[in-house]
Amino acid sequence: MEYIQQVLFLIVVGVAAFILTKRIKHIRSAIQLGKDVDLSDNKSARLNNMLLVAFGQKKMFKRFIPAFLHLLIYVGFLVINLEVLEFVLDGILGTHRLFAPYLGSFYNVLMNVFEFLAVAVLFSCVVFLIRRNVLKVKRFHAAEMTKWPTLDGNLILVIEIILMIAILTMNASDQLLQTRMPDQYASTGSLFFSSFLIPLLDGFGDNMLVIVERGAWWFHIVGILAFSVYITYSKHLHIALAFPNTYYSSLKPKGEMNNMDAVTNEVNMMLGINTEQAAAPPAEVGRFGAKDVNDLTWKNIMSAYSCTECGRCTSECPANQTGKKLSPRKIMMDTRDRADEVQTSIEKGGKGLEDGKSLLGDYITKEEINACTSCNACVEACPVNINPLEIILEMRRYVAMEESGSPASWNSMFQNIETSFAPWKFAPTDRFNWANDLKSEKADS
Amino acid sequence: MSETTYKVPTMAEMASSGESPEILFWVGCAGSFDDRYKNVTKAFVKILNKVGVSFAVLGPEETCTGDPARRAGNEFLFQMQAVANIQVMNGYNVKKVVTACPHCFNTIKNEYPALGGNYEVIHHSTFLQQLINDGKVGLKGGGEFKGKKITYHDSCYLGRANNVYEAPREVLEALDAELVEMKRCKTKGFCCGAGGAQMFKDAEKGNKEVNIDRTEEALETGADTIAVGCPFCLTMMSDGVKNKEKEGQVQVKDLAELIAESEGL
Repeated sequence: MEYIQQVLFLIVVGVAAFILTKRIKHIRSAIQLGKDVDLSDNKSARLNNMLLVAFGQKKMFKRFIPAFLHLLIYVGFLVINLEVLEFVLDGILGTHRLFAPYLGSFYNVLMNVFEFLAVAVLFSCVVFLIRRNVLKVKRFHAAEMTKWPTLDGNLILVIEIILMIAILTMNASDQLLQTRMPDQYASTGSLFFSSFLIPLLDGFGDNMLVIVERGAWWFHIVGILAFSVYITYSKHLHIALAFPNTYYSSLKPKGEMNNMDAVTNEVNMMLGINTEQAAAPPAEVGRFGAKDVNDLTWKNIMSAYSCTECGRCTSECPANQTGKKLSPRKIMMDTRDRADEVQTSIEKGGKGLEDGKSLLGDYITKEEINACTSCNACVEACPVNINPLEIILEMRRYVAMEESGSPASWNSMFQNIETSFAPWKFAPTDRFNWANDLKSEKADS
Repeated sequence: MSETTYKVPTMAEMASSGESPEILFWVGCAGSFDDRYKNVTKAFVKILNKVGVSFAVLGPEETCTGDPARRAGNEFLFQMQAVANIQVMNGYNVKKVVTACPHCFNTIKNEYPALGGNYEVIHHSTFLQQLINDGKVGLKGGGEFKGKKITYHDSCYLGRANNVYEAPREVLEALDAELVEMKRCKTKGFCCGAGGAQMFKDAEKGNKEVNIDRTEEALETGADTIAVGCPFCLTMMSDGVKNKEKEGQVQVKDLAELIAESEGL
């Protein structure tokens, strides 16, 4: 009988690990639907980016209030996970507060710090719930913030609040049990925040108190395991992917568009320029630009899974702010949803990419991508270095080069460049006319 | 020699006399053809003449960098333009390029290297800032802009795309004007609405034009002058000011024009 809790615990952890592994495999494969791109260069600059942007939350602080509240949750998450280590060991070994005897009075300090962070997380989550639902911060109520994204956002906050309440309840009942059964419950010393809950539990009998303490313990650990599975279905996956996403983010100037080497080969051949690669067999050219998720890079798809739908990109987007349909956040959400749909279909033995749908057309419209001014406001705004612009521009490449479906006035602009070497229809021989009046103007010397 | 005319040498002329200038001034399509923007080209050439920098332009040999084609998705057309331009520039052994257009600047600086064009490329704001720092132009202490309110509209392709935020501001400060910032400036700057080839088509359906939104913000600062460093921004902001019927009170000027004017050129 005495091992039943341990066995149960191992089963719960095992089930969670099994589901998690499956989910991670799913997401990994979805990301690998994208084209390969070598981002293994410049490791120190990349590490630096990751430390500053993901670990250091640098870009969050462009908006101080949400950044500060987010920081509390983030630090809480990192530090409270140390306590989870004790939870897991206790669960496996059948012990209670394994570290308490070893850490002595430091254990009390540690527990008080954890409790402070738990309260800070709780506070931030409550404020965030109010911001979302009562103050209705605009960026959380855009067209793409439909049922699930809105529910997802609220669920995460509510779950975090409940998990924090479980910790505090557990500590409060534990403190009471320490006074009633000092032999079985190691002293933690007085814990500041949970002490406020003691009067609520004081009336309980010993048995009931044990049940409350164990209940809260189980609730917290099972809750955490369930939550970790949940986040693989949620925008909250950013807590894991923000790190690789910033590590692999672009080190180039924001204005630089990727060169299409396949096109370079053709252009060189057309212009009769000999290059070293000319002798090599032409690389297999799939599609020019991007129509579906497999035309994007794995990095684009990883970014899509890293997006937490905060909408800072969209709220800075000039097209969006002036009422156009484009929303950079929606571009990322669509990319993730499409990748997930394709991958899920493949896993079920379905049609995958060949389901008659595509990212461009069924998820993202031309009207959206055409509205982009390529101003990089979305890229600048993203706290985890996601680049929606890259996806938009790749789609424009597909429309222009595979479909010849660009807006008519762009097609005339292309024609002007081809024939007059300027986007406007002027005679190329007139290009230097501006200098004529200048040459006759008198200047002091 | 008390009076002379401005010189606008071409690379071809220079090459035929065996000279090679220190910088190539890349004029760009707007700088060559747009009636309003030609003034910026001329103003910059006047400044170059005045400080005696050894420069040349490509003249008829220059063509579009391909930026709008690339942003609109036509990679073939972009590369055709780029490779042709690179062949011309490499033929003249160009080392340093100065341009007033942030789109040309971005493309030649960041995108031509992948196609074999490697040059030191600087935007005219940075170039003007260097001239000011060297004491060659824009001496502090008065001039027609003294005390006037100027606001600077960040060009996306200069600012966010390439992190040039300070040079244009330092140029304006040298005018001894009062620089007032818009609420959305620097990294948070708001697009004029013309980048990404938007200049060449109508905007998608919305509830406002981007340039109107931006112009309203610029006018709110109470500035007499909206300073820009980009041909597209110049057009979009000028249109915005006209739309608000403020062209009598507020002028939209490029940095080069402001410097040239304060120098009496």
